[in-house]
Amino acid sequence: MADTLLSVKDLVVEFPQRRGLLRALDQISFDIKRGEILGVVGESGAGKSLTGASIIGLLEPPGRVSGGTIELDGQRIDNLSTAEMRKIRGRKIGMVFQDPLTSLNPIFTIAEQLIETIQTHLKLSDKEARKQAIKLLDDVGIPAASQRIDDYPHQFSGGMRQRVVIALALAGEPELIIADEPTTALDVSVQAQIIDVLKNTCKEHGAAVMLVTHDMGVIAETCDRVAVMYAGRLAEIGPVREVIKHPKHPYTIGLMGSIPSLAHQVERLVQIPGSMPRLDAIPEGCAFNPRCNRVFDRCRTERPDLIAVEENLAACWLHAKEAGA
Amino acid sequence: MSQQPLLKVDNLTRRFDVSKPWLNRMIEREPKQILTAVNQVSFEVEKGKSFALVGESGSGKSTIAKMVVNLLNPSSGHIYFDGQELSQAKGAAFKSLRRRVQMIFQDPFASLNPRWRVGDIIAEPIYAFGLESDKLKVQKTVERLLSTVGLTGRDRYKFPHEFSGGQRQRIAIARALSANPEFLVCDEPTSALDVSVQAQILNLMQDLQDEFNLTYLFISHDMSVVKHMADTIGVLYLGGLVEVNDSQQLFNQPVHPYTRMLLDAIPDHEMTGRRRTPVTGEIPNPINPPSGCPFHPRCQYANDRCKQEVPRSKAVMNSTVACFAAEEGRF
Ligand SMILES: Nc1ncnc2c1ncn2[C@@H]1O[C@H](COP(=O)(O)OP(=O)(O)OP(=O)(O)O)[C@@H](O)[C@H]1O
Ligand SMILES: Nc1ncnc2c1ncn2[C@@H]1O[C@H](COP(=O)(O)OP(=O)(O)OP(=O)(O)O)[C@@H](O)[C@H]1O
Ligand code: SF4
Ligand code: SF4
Ligand SMILES: [Mg+2]
Ligand SMILES: [Mg+2]
Repeated sequence: MADTLLSVKDLVVEFPQRRGLLRALDQISFDIKRGEILGVVGESGAGKSLTGASIIGLLEPPGRVSGGTIELDGQRIDNLSTAEMRKIRGRKIGMVFQDPLTSLNPIFTIAEQLIETIQTHLKLSDKEARKQAIKLLDDVGIPAASQRIDDYPHQFSGGMRQRVVIALALAGEPELIIADEPTTALDVSVQAQIIDVLKNTCKEHGAAVMLVTHDMGVIAETCDRVAVMYAGRLAEIGPVREVIKHPKHPYTIGLMGSIPSLAHQVERLVQIPGSMPRLDAIPEGCAFNPRCNRVFDRCRTERPDLIAVEENLAACWLHAKEAGA
Repeated sequence: MSQQPLLKVDNLTRRFDVSKPWLNRMIEREPKQILTAVNQVSFEVEKGKSFALVGESGSGKSTIAKMVVNLLNPSSGHIYFDGQELSQAKGAAFKSLRRRVQMIFQDPFASLNPRWRVGDIIAEPIYAFGLESDKLKVQKTVERLLSTVGLTGRDRYKFPHEFSGGQRQRIAIARALSANPEFLVCDEPTSALDVSVQAQILNLMQDLQDEFNLTYLFISHDMSVVKHMADTIGVLYLGGLVEVNDSQQLFNQPVHPYTRMLLDAIPDHEMTGRRRTPVTGEIPNPINPPSGCPFHPRCQYANDRCKQEVPRSKAVMNSTVACFAAEEGRF
């Protein structure tokens, strides 16, 4: 118990709409351990960002958590007031988003922004805070940090800015960092650098990370465990090596096969027929059933829960003990 | 190999004037600023083959694509299609070249007219190039094309917004095919798509190539996609081709230090345990590129010569590279 940092149970997020409620997240459950990096993958619209936004209390209205619980350090955070949640953001949970420019204020220097964030959360003098700010920039790999710290964001390149954003996220010494597509907007050669910074710096600072991305390569290089989302639900979760090398859910199996391989030449990529359903047209039973090559009767009527298969959990009836599949 | 290449790009250069307005320049005493987006690029593509251009953002991929399909004029250099120079073709010859070379863009949302029905979008090139004027026959062709790309004939009554990203890219492909082209320029055709949808489109493109003997100029920043699709790969850095080689060969034995670095930057999504050397540095400002070899500030093999002289493409070490260290055998 003690090493569970974040615990999400049966999380449901809904958007009230003219024609009733749109259920965007449907009973999502997972844990993140202290210091662990959990990846969250899935295609566009699967609910990755919404999951992150629910945890940090930044769901855009009218979206709301309408079921389940979110606990941080054993304390519920899904029912906190806006003011209480604001205290947790930055201090207990840090954030890194896709576009570094949205997280940085163009009219303040890097030093001003870092020092302000540090002093919001930690009782440090100006001098101590500046020293801490330089150390953070140093940790995320800004060369000559003590000279560059008084620059403005526009004087930094895209990759450097994303390093600064990671430093900002770490400034309040949070226990958890939620990073939503932190490398997607960057050049490939810079992506690799940012992945390394995120992984190593967070480990050094003892922060757990929830890393949202659609890039399996980033997941493979960074994460301890990975959760695969499909149509607002969790399809599979497990240790990263197991999910990548021995996926148990037919969707994960298809997803892995659809990525062009570098290791060996394949004639044809694995192709999952069709596309992910819209949220207002999710089929009965297993959400994946119209596209699944292993579908059987039960899949069309009953929704599968996460079922333990070796080291993974997969929401698939193939793995039910009594299924005999 | 003695066969004439379908596309020949010879010493292609494109510059952009990115100066501030004249008055600001006078006040701030700034000189004119010229950005060389494409710098003396040469390559050839044989009929029925796929040539891929890879490179990071700003390396000049789209600028080359636009020149090949004649959406942009070269500042200097030549483009030959089937032996005819693009810029010299006039009248009927020009129209025929435009038909034979079609393009598919990255953004399937922007490239289709939202107010047109899918059937009209696909039929447009058929009328524009005068391939057929009989309405019923055109309709039959549109239906056939829709089924070729995995949609149904009924889809021609719908509007683009009724389709997903992958389906829209299929529509864009059907539209390109309706001109009956021989050559398709595909500029990041799957970059905006999820990997599972990307797999569908890449498979479709391979099937179409087999069926219609198409030739591709395929553009991507994704090395694993390029490896899957291309026979030959050209690597661009700051507007210049630094290495061209057979796809297998390039991956097995990259020669140019930048090619090596790009390969090293690919995350190991299969967890094969491949070891990565950390990538260093970032792409310099293209308005003010480094002297000599543009890669020298990031290159571990750079020496004084690299800082002064510009390396030219040469056949060395079973590849074609622009690198002094490769020429001099300094690796
Ligand atoms: N304000 C809203 N109103 C209605 N539906 C919404 C709203 N915000 C998000 N959604 C829906 O919730 C679903 C999940 O969205 P989310 O942003 O979490 O996807 P994602 O997995 O992060 O996708 P991407 O990879 O594109 O970022 C989507 O289908 C989206 O349309
Ligand atoms: N019309 C233009 N005016 C000024 N500069 C331009 C213009 N078009 C392109 N450029 C510049 O030329 C360079 C090459 O751009 P290009 O779009 O060809 O790159 P790319 O390789 O396609 O990049 P990306 O991967 O981002 O699509 C860039 O530095 C770009 O800013
Ligand atoms: S539950 Fe059935 S339809 Fe769903 S993934 Fe498993 S086998 Fe396929
Ligand atoms: S020419 Fe010199 S600087 Fe350029 S890639 Fe070769 S060794 Fe490096
Ligand atoms: Mg998202
Ligand atoms: Mg481009």
